[in-house]
Amino acid sequence: MSAGPGAGVPSAPAVEADGLGRRYGRRWALVDVALRVPRGAVVMVAGRNGSGKSTLLRVLATAIAPTRGRARVAGFDVTAERDEVRGRSALLAHASYTYEALSALENLAITARFLGRPHGREALRALLGEVGLAERGDDAVETFSAGMRKRLALARVRLQQAEVVLLDEPYGQLDPPGFRLVDRLLGALREQGRTVLMATHLLERGADLCDLGVVLEGGRVAWTGPAADLPGEGVAASGLAEGAAS
Amino acid sequence: MTLVTALRKDALLQWRTRARFLAVLAFGAVTLLLFSFAAGPDAASLRRHAPGFLWLALMLSSTLALAETFQAELEQRAIEGLLLLPASPRALFYGKAVANAAQLALLGLALVPLAVVLYDAPVPRPAALAGVIVLGAAGLSAPGTLYAAMSSQARARQALLPLLLFPLVVPVLLSAVKATALLTTGDPMGQLRSWLMLLASFDAVYWSLCGLFFGRVVEE
Repeated sequence: MSAGPGAGVPSAPAVEADGLGRRYGRRWALVDVALRVPRGAVVMVAGRNGSGKSTLLRVLATAIAPTRGRARVAGFDVTAERDEVRGRSALLAHASYTYEALSALENLAITARFLGRPHGREALRALLGEVGLAERGDDAVETFSAGMRKRLALARVRLQQAEVVLLDEPYGQLDPPGFRLVDRLLGALREQGRTVLMATHLLERGADLCDLGVVLEGGRVAWTGPAADLPGEGVAASGLAEGAAS
Repeated sequence: MTLVTALRKDALLQWRTRARFLAVLAFGAVTLLLFSFAAGPDAASLRRHAPGFLWLALMLSSTLALAETFQAELEQRAIEGLLLLPASPRALFYGKAVANAAQLALLGLALVPLAVVLYDAPVPRPAALAGVIVLGAAGLSAPGTLYAAMSSQARARQALLPLLLFPLVVPVLLSAVKATALLTTGDPMGQLRSWLMLLASFDAVYWSLCGLFFGRVVEE
């Protein structure tokens, strides 16, 4: 289950999508998305609300199935080889994937047990310390603020040590120290050679830690390029996609 | 190993939310009390209907208990998080179903003394009655866990769970009531074993099929 940077199919790109589409009822949230992310790349996925960022990450994490097209993560097909993808990817979702009635430490211990990782209290408390929750480890998650839940979810992602890390709005609900925490996490993941796809509205945050940028517009890939070329302010709503695509 | 992990998780969740169990127990007790009012003061009639009332109270209470246990999985999409680790849907099902069966058995055992007091029902073989309650609770738990998962995302989930569950558990209810009646009022024809076998057979079928279908229910 543990998947270091070298796991999976070594020669394959970390993420590969072709003609990927996803429909909710009558509405297409993703349309004909084609992507190729090399191993070890850190990619910013930008776009307006409802542009398909979360849907793309959820399809790649196998939380939802694509309606059409195909995608491979770490060399494995997200539909036919779902468990292989799951063993090599980690998703930071909008929900924290925690049990409200249990403490932060108990939640992490459950994740660790399912992963077959060591789950001693001190090791898990140290992990909570990394996300600034060491003092609240024994408190029930239902007493946490939204930002604290996000920090706990980040600790969960750290625990997974996945080859491909999918971060959906990692800066959301966080305070400025929390922003720096995400920056440190991104830096650490980059140093470890892991592949990261990060969906965010805050392009000024983390852009210097990203190699590539992808802009989604109406569920389609409207622009791709070096992350450094993404403008810093309000780009997702500014019409960058139209300008760049033309 | 994953099954043990899943069971530990659900046991811990039930322990942390034990106040809900007390609320469900109170609901079951009130149901038994209302049945005693409905049946009237005839002591013989009360004794005769005691097994049916006990199992109806347990079945009605079970919908509350089962629905609550799955809500914990949905509040922060915890079950999706486990599936993405990846945890086996079958292990998650059996962990939850065993924990639910234990909770329902405990509920049934807690209702027995109240039934004895309210209906003047004799319990000559308490250990055997406990066995019937465990088998009956298992028969309610497996389909109840599956249908709680199915109905949990529906808007009318409070009504949907009993609508789905009750028709399916009729054989369990009938055999559990009959076995309980034979234990409390006597078994001159030696039918108890047959009813217990029927109950155990339905348990085996439900536990096998529901475990197979759970993955399809919780995965998209």
